[in-house]
Amino acid sequence: MPKQEPIISFRNFTFQYFSQKEPTLYDINLDICPGEKVLIVGPSGCGKSTLAHCINGLIPYAYRGTITGSLLVDGKTPEQSSLFERSKKIGTVLQDSDGQFVGLTVGEDIAFSLENDRVAQAEMKETVQRVADMVDMGTLLRSSPFELSGGQKQRTALAGVMVDDVDVLLFDEPLANLDPLTGKTAIDLIDRIHRDYQKTVIIIEHRMEDVLYRHVDRVLVISDGRIVSDSSPDELVCTDLLRSLGNREPLYVTALKYAGVTLTPDMHPGYLETLDVERIKAPLQKWQAEQPPHAEKPLGDVLLSVRNLYFQYTKQRKILQDISFDVRKGEMVSIVGTNGAGKSTLAKVICGFCKEDSGDILFEGRSIRDWTIKERSFKIGYVMQNPNQMISKPMIFDEVALGLRIRKLPETEVQERVWNALKVCGLYPMRNWPIAALSFGQKKRVTIASMLVMDPQILILDEPTAGQDYRHYTDIMEFLRGLNRQGITILMITHDMHLMLEYTPHAIVISGGKKIGDDTAVAILTDETMAERANLKLTSLYELAQKAELEDPQGFVRQFIDREEGDRREV
Amino acid sequence: MKSKLFDYIEKDNFVFNLSGMTKLLCFLILTFTVMFSYDARVILAVLIFSFWVLHVSEIQFSQIRVMLYYVLVFIAINFVLTFLFSPQYGVEIYGAKHVWFTITERYTVTAEQMLYQGTKVLKYLSVIPLGMIFLLTTNPSEFAASLSSIGVSYKASFAVALTLRYFPDMIRDYNDIALSQQARGLDLSNKERLGRRLKNMMNIFVPLIFSSLERVETISNAMDLRGFGKHKKRTWYAFKPLEKRDGIAIAICIVIALASLAITLFVNHGRFWNPFTA
Repeated sequence: MPKQEPIISFRNFTFQYFSQKEPTLYDINLDICPGEKVLIVGPSGCGKSTLAHCINGLIPYAYRGTITGSLLVDGKTPEQSSLFERSKKIGTVLQDSDGQFVGLTVGEDIAFSLENDRVAQAEMKETVQRVADMVDMGTLLRSSPFELSGGQKQRTALAGVMVDDVDVLLFDEPLANLDPLTGKTAIDLIDRIHRDYQKTVIIIEHRMEDVLYRHVDRVLVISDGRIVSDSSPDELVCTDLLRSLGNREPLYVTALKYAGVTLTPDMHPGYLETLDVERIKAPLQKWQAEQPPHAEKPLGDVLLSVRNLYFQYTKQRKILQDISFDVRKGEMVSIVGTNGAGKSTLAKVICGFCKEDSGDILFEGRSIRDWTIKERSFKIGYVMQNPNQMISKPMIFDEVALGLRIRKLPETEVQERVWNALKVCGLYPMRNWPIAALSFGQKKRVTIASMLVMDPQILILDEPTAGQDYRHYTDIMEFLRGLNRQGITILMITHDMHLMLEYTPHAIVISGGKKIGDDTAVAILTDETMAERANLKLTSLYELAQKAELEDPQGFVRQFIDREEGDRREV
Repeated sequence: MKSKLFDYIEKDNFVFNLSGMTKLLCFLILTFTVMFSYDARVILAVLIFSFWVLHVSEIQFSQIRVMLYYVLVFIAINFVLTFLFSPQYGVEIYGAKHVWFTITERYTVTAEQMLYQGTKVLKYLSVIPLGMIFLLTTNPSEFAASLSSIGVSYKASFAVALTLRYFPDMIRDYNDIALSQQARGLDLSNKERLGRRLKNMMNIFVPLIFSSLERVETISNAMDLRGFGKHKKRTWYAFKPLEKRDGIAIAICIVIALASLAITLFVNHGRFWNPFTA
């Protein structure tokens, strides 16, 4: 194959935001050729978003800073073109597909770029229809964003950049807001577009295993503003680079390493599909036989009991139907299910934000039906997904103290309880800081602390790790596990399969307003029909175990989790 | 749900298919007609006409119920207050006094006063369906397109459409934030003193503003990346060119306006229809 001219070419490129003391990107040398499919991974704050901004032109046109070295996009430097010209070459699909939906209908949103280009209406309608068909949105042109699912919004956004017939498609964390099954479909779609329309595709994502469900040519690993690895998936997973930098490697790869398999690129371990099974069967079977038996934790008394709960907003939309389950003291439970299945509504009914139509909620055996929101808040704390939606005071101390001050507790007691909560959350040294100085994860801790001061017995968290990279995810989850060990029962609404598997032994599956599963997380993620109905996937551990023809594939998943938990405890 | 208040639900009928500009123009012409004339017969005719249009537009009663209640309460208060403050204004206007009954000397109920106040009620009742029709049958983007076609800056017109796009999101955010604050014991019900309640409301607005600002950055980046503001003009996906039906609709409204004007000038010789001194 003749050497092609790269469409994107960085040479000794360094970038520093005006507002920062240090450069965010150091000495980047990178060529991306037309038709390539590249995955960029790295933890939050490593500079991968900045790299994306450099490629799509938001740097230097919208965000200012100092550039040294050179960046050529289609042979042109930033000075030789404008943001608008750049957007004709490179289409960006942002992470927040809801926020970038500027039209009132799908059709209008897809047409947005054409409108700005003064394309005549008849031609515009034709193009919009054609491109919408490419992403299977052709029949939904008149739908409003409120009627669409997360996956459909993302397809709309993709169509919106494809109308320009761009050469390069840049996806900024395309999986962040999608459930696992929808994410899988999205990766399929990206792959189809890549092959059928010969686009260059760049995907920035830290959920590497999910992206590697389909082929990519290269994986770039970024750490502290530098490209530290540029190789094929097969080569990359053989190294320990991902783990040592705090990225998550595919679970089945970790399992193989636990089993003492020395991975080499010729085993094709980059994708589960291509993995050479014959060479791993024996070591995996041996490992399974060697594992200690799984120790079941003793169960506590029933703390929260939901009995035949029904709830509906209107007659047509039955949200919850006949939901019953028990949560025992000291458990960590995940509530999973598709978007709109009723998970969040269930949490709202438990907290008293919505009043059930029939059924009962028992707390320590007593009905709390007649308790007000305020009364329930002493027992049950509710933490929203977005901490910015909860924080209303400028200072950390005041924010955490808010609930106590409203209840007119004496200031000495307020201080004592706030300090205790801050200590538990690792925020005590920052008690006098303004909220604005905190990172997203720290803000999350503040919102958890502001619930802990009320001394609740149950915490309900809505998507506690959404949009977090592996390191922050681990921080938050280990913190919650610590709280759990101190006796707080934790309920989490989540899409994250890793979270379910590793942290919540007990999972409740809601689909279409009904409870369809109530079992161990391992059992649910190894049950194909159940996983599908909840928009989850089978865990790759289970698939690996099946491929290796292990005797007890479900047991293998449990053994892996036990081993991983053991590792964490040692650290 | 509160966000339903501004929901635009598309339908296929004469009124929906009119251009937003036409609807605005018709609304203004008819409103002016009704406001100018004090002839109950003319206003009654417009009233019947506007309810007929409401029927044609297939707006569901459930869509306008809440608005209608507010309006009816407003009209009732207005009726009572008008009588309280100027109980003899009708007598002044019509130059006659036919007493129905007397409450006190000042508050004598006359046929003239009742005709005057009745006419006013009819005025409100005939304009309000028109306003609702305009709000509920106009696609905001299409309206933005027609505004820009008559020379309003497209950035300004687009801002209107964008506001309507994100309004329901804001309402949803507001509700979520309000709930989480209530869970911490914030009382927003009317059990709390008004001053205290206003202060509590601030605890909701601060996070609302911050989460909205976050959203603004995303939106403006998304718009930049897709070339918004590149040229002095832009085209509109939702634009509806003026068609025959728009001409017909405007013509009907002008005829009604002219007829009313003719009655004012040649039949009533003034803005008031006076059946009392004939």
